[in-house]
Amino acid sequence: MRRFVVKLARTLLVALLAMPLAAAASESVKLDRMPADVDPHDPVSLQRGAQVFVNYCMGCHSAAYMRYNRLQDLGLGEQQIRDNLIFTGAKVGELMKIGMDSKDSKEWFGVAPPDLSVIARSRSSTSGSGADWLYTYLRGFYRDPSRPTGWNNTVFPNVGMPHALWQLQGEQVLKTEVVAMPRGSKGEVEKHEMQRLVLQKPGAMKPAEYDRLVTDLVNFLAYVGEPSAQQRTRLGIYVLMFLGVLFVLAYALKQEFWKDVH
Amino acid sequence: MAAAEKQPVTITCAGPLNGVLSGVLTWADQRFPLMSLWRDHLAEYYAPKNFNFWYYFGSLAMLVLVLQIATGIFLVMHYKPDAALAFASVEYIMRDVPGGWLIRYMHSTGASAFFIVVYLHMFRGLMYGSYRKPRELIWIFGMLIYLSLMAEAFFGYLLPWGQMSYWGAQVIVNLFDALPIIGPDLSLWIRGDYVVSDATLNRFFSFHVIAIPLVLLGLVAAHIMALHEVGSNNPDGVEIKKVTDPKTGHPVDGIPFHPYYTVKDTLGAVVFAIVFCVIMFFMPELGGYFLEYNNFIPADPLKTPAHIAPVWYFTPYYSILRATTEDFMWVLGLALVAYSALLAGTLRIQAARVAVAAIAAVLLAGFFTIDPKVWGVVLMGAATLIFFLLPWLDQSPVKSIRYKGTLCRSALAVFVIVFLILGYYGTQPVTTGGTLISQVCTLLYFAFFLLMPWYTRMDKTTPEPERVTG
Repeated sequence: MRRFVVKLARTLLVALLAMPLAAAASESVKLDRMPADVDPHDPVSLQRGAQVFVNYCMGCHSAAYMRYNRLQDLGLGEQQIRDNLIFTGAKVGELMKIGMDSKDSKEWFGVAPPDLSVIARSRSSTSGSGADWLYTYLRGFYRDPSRPTGWNNTVFPNVGMPHALWQLQGEQVLKTEVVAMPRGSKGEVEKHEMQRLVLQKPGAMKPAEYDRLVTDLVNFLAYVGEPSAQQRTRLGIYVLMFLGVLFVLAYALKQEFWKDVH
Repeated sequence: MAAAEKQPVTITCAGPLNGVLSGVLTWADQRFPLMSLWRDHLAEYYAPKNFNFWYYFGSLAMLVLVLQIATGIFLVMHYKPDAALAFASVEYIMRDVPGGWLIRYMHSTGASAFFIVVYLHMFRGLMYGSYRKPRELIWIFGMLIYLSLMAEAFFGYLLPWGQMSYWGAQVIVNLFDALPIIGPDLSLWIRGDYVVSDATLNRFFSFHVIAIPLVLLGLVAAHIMALHEVGSNNPDGVEIKKVTDPKTGHPVDGIPFHPYYTVKDTLGAVVFAIVFCVIMFFMPELGGYFLEYNNFIPADPLKTPAHIAPVWYFTPYYSILRATTEDFMWVLGLALVAYSALLAGTLRIQAARVAVAAIAAVLLAGFFTIDPKVWGVVLMGAATLIFFLLPWLDQSPVKSIRYKGTLCRSALAVFVIVFLILGYYGTQPVTTGGTLISQVCTLLYFAFFLLMPWYTRMDKTTPEPERVTG
C-alpha cells in the first residue's frame, strides 16, 4: 500500500513538473533576445529609433497615445522635434497620429495596421519580452511568393504587413534543411527538419548594421510603450530608501512599546 | 448616563493647549460617543498578546481598501467609461496626467495585493479556527467581503477595455447563459446588450465605483463590530476572556489594542509597503500576472484571443469550472453516491436519511441530464460558497492547528497545495494532463470541506492550554 502511494505521488509529481514544459514546447518559434548591451535609456539609440520610426513606420502606424513633445525625454528640444520628427502639419503638442484611413488600410492589407503606442508591452509573453518579439519580428521577414505582399514572417506567419525595411536589410528566404541527429547509443539517426533564414539579396546595410538599426527602433518602441518607466524606477529607489528609514523607526517604536509585554 | 452628564475629558500630558483641547473634546464627547468609541475599539479593546505574523493581514486588508478608494477617486477624474475612449483614457492617465502612472500602478498593484492579503488573512482563520463559535458571524461577514471583493475586481477589470478585460467579461457573463430556463435572459440583462459593449462598460463602471465599494465598507464595519463584540481569537485558539485580572477585570493575556497593536501594525504596514513598492516600481506587470500582456491590446469584439485567462486571483475557481467535463460527471456521480452513503450511515434520524437519499437521487439524475457546463458553473459557485459552512463543518474539540492532530494538519496542507495547483492550471491553456490534475484537485478541494465533520472528530488532538503560550 505504502509503495503504491509513493509511486502515485511520484507519477503525479512528474506529471506536474512536465506540464509547464509541454505547454512551453507548443510554442514553436524561439525568440531572439534583444542585444544585452543596449541601454534602454541611451539617448543616442532612442533618438535614432525615433528617426527610423517616423521615417519607416509612421506611414501606416500611429502612436496615437504619445505626444510629439514628450520626445523631449530623449534629450531633444521642441524645435529639433519639429524639424526632424514631424512630417505632417501636426503641432508639437499633438498626438502622433497618421493620416491613413483605417478603412482604406483594411482593404489594402486585410487588417488595419495597429497603433504602436503599447505594442512592446502587448507583445510580451512567457517566451520573451515584447522587445525580444519585436527584435525577432523585424529581422524575420522573408520572400514568399504565395503571399499577396510577397513577404512572410517567421514569428508572425501570414502577416499582412510587407517588409518595410527591405531596402536596408535586403531579401531573405526561408530554407528548409534536413539535419540528421544521432539518437541513443546504438548509432541510430533521427532526421529533423530545420528552417533557417538566408540573406539572398543584400540590402543597403550589412547584417550587423541592420541588427543595430532594429535594436534602436525596438528600444524606441519599448520607451514609447511606457515613457514614464525611467521616472518610475528612479522614484522607486527614493521611495524604498525612505521606507527603509521608516522601517527602522517603526521597528524601534514597536520594540520600545512592547518592552513591558511578557 | 445621559450625554449632558458625561464627565469632562482629561488629558494627562502637560502643555499650554491642554485646557483648550480638553474643552473641545468634552464639548464633542457630550454630543457624540467620541471617548467611548475610542475606548471600546482602541484604547481599551483587549487583544491577545500572542498575535504572530499571520495577524498582520487584517489591518493590511483595511490599508489596501483605503489605498484602492483613494487612488480610485483620482483615476475616476481622468478615466472615461466609454467603449470608444476607455482604452485611450487609461493611456492618457499613464502618459499625460501628472503622476497618473503612479496612481494607476498603485491601483492595479493594489488589486492583486488585496487578494494576496485577503487570502493570507483567510488562511490564518483556517489555521487557528477563527471561524469557530462564538465567531461564526465574523467569518460570515468576512466571506461576504471576499465575495464582494471578487465582484469588485471583476467589474473593475473590464474598465481598461483591453482584450483580456473584454473577453474575460464575455466568458464570465456567458456562464450565466448556461443556467437552465432563465440563463439567456439573465446574461442579456447583466450585459445590457447581446455582447459585452458600451452599455456593459457603463454599468460595470457604476458597480465598480459606487455600488460595491459601499457594500464593502458596510461589511468591513460589520466585520470589525462583530470582532470587537466577541474579541479576537489567537494562535492558541483559547479564549483570553476566561482568565481575567480580579482587580481590573481585563483579560490577563490581553493588551490594549492601542498603543500595542497600533505600533505593531504600523511596522507591518511599512514592511508591506516595501514589498508593494518593489513590485509597483520595478515590476508593475509582475510577469503578466498583475497586468496581463494581452490587455495592452484594445478590446476587439471580432477577434477572440486564442487563450483567455482570468487574472490570477480567480484562476482556482476557473480551473474547477474547466475541470467539469462530460467524463468528470461520472466521477462526480460516484463521489456523490459514496458521500451520501457515508452521510446516511452517520445520521441517526430516519427522515434525514431519506432526505439525503432523495437529494442525492435528484442531483444524480441532474448530473446526466443537464449539460456538464451548468454543473461546472454550479461547482465553481459552490467552491466559493462552501467556505460559509466552515463554522459548522469543523467538529474538532480544539480550535487551533497547534492542538489539532496529523489528520487535520494534513488536510489543511493538502487544501492549500490543491488551491495553488488549481490556481496555476487556471492560468494555462487546456491540456489533457492539466484537466486530469485539475479534476483530482477539484475532488480534493471539496473533500477538505465535505469530509471535515468526520476527520475532525477522528483526529487525535492534544489538550488546549488554559492560557495563551506566548
